[in-house]
Amino acid sequence: MSLEADRSAVPTAVHPGWASAPSPALLVDVDGVVLAANDAALLVLPHSGPGRELADCVPGWLAEAHRSTSIDLGRDAVAGSVGERTFTATSVRVPDGSSMWWLTETTDVTRLQDELRTERERTTFLRTASDDLLSSLNVVRTMEVAAELAAARLADVAWVIEPEVRGRHATAVCVRGQRARAVTLDIHPHDLPGLAEALQGFPPVPSRWIDPALAPEWVLPDSIRATGSMVVTALPGHGVPAGALILLRSTEAQPFSESEEAVARLFAARVGAALSAARLFEEQSAITEVLTAGLLPPALQRVDGVDFAGIYRPAQDTSRLGGDFYDVHPLEGGGSLALLGDVCGKGLEAAVLTGKIRNTMQALLPMAGDHLRMLDLLNAALLSTQDPRFATMVLASAVRVGEQVRLSLTRAGHLPPLIIRADGRVEEVFGRGSLVGVLPVIDGSTEQILLDPGETCLLYTDGIIEARGGPLGDEMFGEARLRRALAGCAGMPAEAMVAHVLMLATEWLGGASHDDMAVLAIAAPVGSDRRAPDGDR
Amino acid sequence: MSHPVTRDDHSRPAPPTAERLWDAVIAGDERAAVDTVVAALDDGADPEELLLDVIGAVQQRIGLAWADNTISVAQEHAATAINERVVASLAGRLPRPQLDRGRVTVACVDGEWHALPARLLTEVLTLRGFRVDYLGAQVPTPHLITHLHRTSPDVVALSGSIPTRLPVAHATITACQSAGIPVMVGGAAFGPEGRYARLLGAQAWAPDARAAADRLAAGPLPRPQAAHQPIDDLPHLADQEYTMVSRSSAALVRAVLAGLEERVPAMRDYTDLQRQHTAEDLAHIVDFLATALYVGEAELFTGFLTWTAGILSARGVPAVSLLPALDLLAGELKDFPRATALLSAAQDELRATVT
Repeated sequence: MSLEADRSAVPTAVHPGWASAPSPALLVDVDGVVLAANDAALLVLPHSGPGRELADCVPGWLAEAHRSTSIDLGRDAVAGSVGERTFTATSVRVPDGSSMWWLTETTDVTRLQDELRTERERTTFLRTASDDLLSSLNVVRTMEVAAELAAARLADVAWVIEPEVRGRHATAVCVRGQRARAVTLDIHPHDLPGLAEALQGFPPVPSRWIDPALAPEWVLPDSIRATGSMVVTALPGHGVPAGALILLRSTEAQPFSESEEAVARLFAARVGAALSAARLFEEQSAITEVLTAGLLPPALQRVDGVDFAGIYRPAQDTSRLGGDFYDVHPLEGGGSLALLGDVCGKGLEAAVLTGKIRNTMQALLPMAGDHLRMLDLLNAALLSTQDPRFATMVLASAVRVGEQVRLSLTRAGHLPPLIIRADGRVEEVFGRGSLVGVLPVIDGSTEQILLDPGETCLLYTDGIIEARGGPLGDEMFGEARLRRALAGCAGMPAEAMVAHVLMLATEWLGGASHDDMAVLAIAAPVGSDRRAPDGDR
Repeated sequence: MSHPVTRDDHSRPAPPTAERLWDAVIAGDERAAVDTVVAALDDGADPEELLLDVIGAVQQRIGLAWADNTISVAQEHAATAINERVVASLAGRLPRPQLDRGRVTVACVDGEWHALPARLLTEVLTLRGFRVDYLGAQVPTPHLITHLHRTSPDVVALSGSIPTRLPVAHATITACQSAGIPVMVGGAAFGPEGRYARLLGAQAWAPDARAAADRLAAGPLPRPQAAHQPIDDLPHLADQEYTMVSRSSAALVRAVLAGLEERVPAMRDYTDLQRQHTAEDLAHIVDFLATALYVGEAELFTGFLTWTAGILSARGVPAVSLLPALDLLAGELKDFPRATALLSAAQDELRATVT
């Protein structure tokens, strides 16, 4: 067969329409010599005319496939590129032993597949990034998570930099494959191209404009020798910039493409939103903590030889505050005044009023010897405000006399205190007294009680006995059940008794909703215990 | 009746200090209890051993004495309160090393009343150089999570002794993890060898405070996977048996109580108080059944019933009296295959132990 053979040399076995078929086709004999090439084949592989050695006129992958005996002809497709384009090739065996290779162009399909895969990877990255970033409301943790995500997917080194606070920047840095760490830096943003702008929320400078050689030393961790390329982008926050993201790639890595920079910006938007939310939470919870601290019931301890213990559970699990309150104030000249009460209503508004009542009572301590006078003045103070709320409470003055504790108890519309005697008897202290904040005049009486060592006076709020639940689901815990339980608590340390009572009521509830609950125990110490100094816990 | 206590056989022999502390604690003598431990510290005792092998060992003995019905719940609380004061007194005298080994939040599962193990862990971790935030018992989960966001600790150590609080423990573990914080758990609630800890997806489990401190000193716990939900750990929850049993607990107790009165003539003469105690015992059985359905482990339910049978025998009540109750419960729950299987396994085991 001559090298100059023209297309008329197409073997007769081939259908005449073959020459103008849209897909490239080559007929090749067993020795790898091209017998015929159709028009489409000559457009793609211009030198593949009849008589040419396949190895000389087609890319290696195709010549190799022809030589290979392992390929199941007619079934397996081989793939490869021809110049910029990609093809798959399948071959059909012709009876004389030669093979007809058909090529199908896949350039567009491959490109679309690549784009789809890249897009999917990005979507997955941004989705998991969002999940991870949303998990914490802690600013430092969020910065660390952001740096780790960026270092895992976008860069060899990632920095998250907060705006300046008093001349310093809080940052988190992560090297690929390691855990992020938080560092506070004393840096000048102007030293790093694009950083000052990013921290002010200006649009990012394209990566290719940034000369990595200008990056300051601090930006390079020891493990990376030189920066190949760098992206600096703003973290957009809620109205004000939340910081900046710096991504570095080493000299060995590909520089950032435009689409990668776009992904970095999408990522930065999520980081910025997460950081702003975390900062908002931090500010708000710091405020809440300070304001709450003043309204929480105090930690109690021994005062002047008398044991005090209190426990409290607000109605709502989400708030630490409620309308029940207690306090114990040491008095000048010895002894102390304890009080426990309940403001009508729940939650924050009730808690604010408990704060007012506690402050007022503290101011009235100089007249602690006269409970009714104190209540009268508190009553007047409550009536003078616009707040229609009222309160019930018990006042208890406690003085240690020898081994005994002398109590003066005044009940202002509150549940009667219970006395747990050493032998297990439980007594109720009645007395009478009107609630505070309703009537113009307070009326009532103060009862005197003596506690022997090991005896306790228990004050509690209605949340305890009105707890609804139990094994049958709808019973009140009730005073009878409380008194029965207390009968088994004789001689118990004060803090064990209050914990025990709250435990019984809580277990009775079995997870049901409840009112605020508070318990205060005043106990005469027992045993060698009475030598224990005050407040030595 | 409350719950079984796991007995630790690998605890060390009690030093004489532990004996003296036991005597003081049981006598309700706080001063003597504090003096005993402080004197041992002054004599050069190792602080960690004082915390774990003296105070911890005495606390364990208190729990066992209560489980054996030799002291009452009230006595147990009284003794525990004194032990807590001992820890507080000791803590104020311990050396404070530099706190540079990471930050740990120690808390109890909400509803837990046994705070002492968590308190002991707190002191041990502090001795070992961890910065510890001790939240104690009675911490509603929302407060714990707020605390985690505020402080971002390296790990949450969660203590629980009451098996029926496992569903709450699981919710807490999941909530901590979705805040990005790994969770280590410990305590009798998590079952033999911490079996339930793994089921509930905790990052680590420790049999005691010493092992917990060793594990944390060995390196950081793995970070939890991104947000997952309780049902991802326990796919069987989709059958709704746990939901149904725990939501209709009161109705089940009422139905079984009525059935018992019909079957057991002696019950008709019960006083209100006896009737109430029976109802409380039944509610406890239903509670354990629901928990076993939640965790998906029969052992949790059968183990509880065997333990209850032992307690009943100790009080002179024949353990076979549990069988009619289980039978009635099975009748009420006949449409629930997992509950039915649990009840029948428990009945078999009970028959085998009492005959």
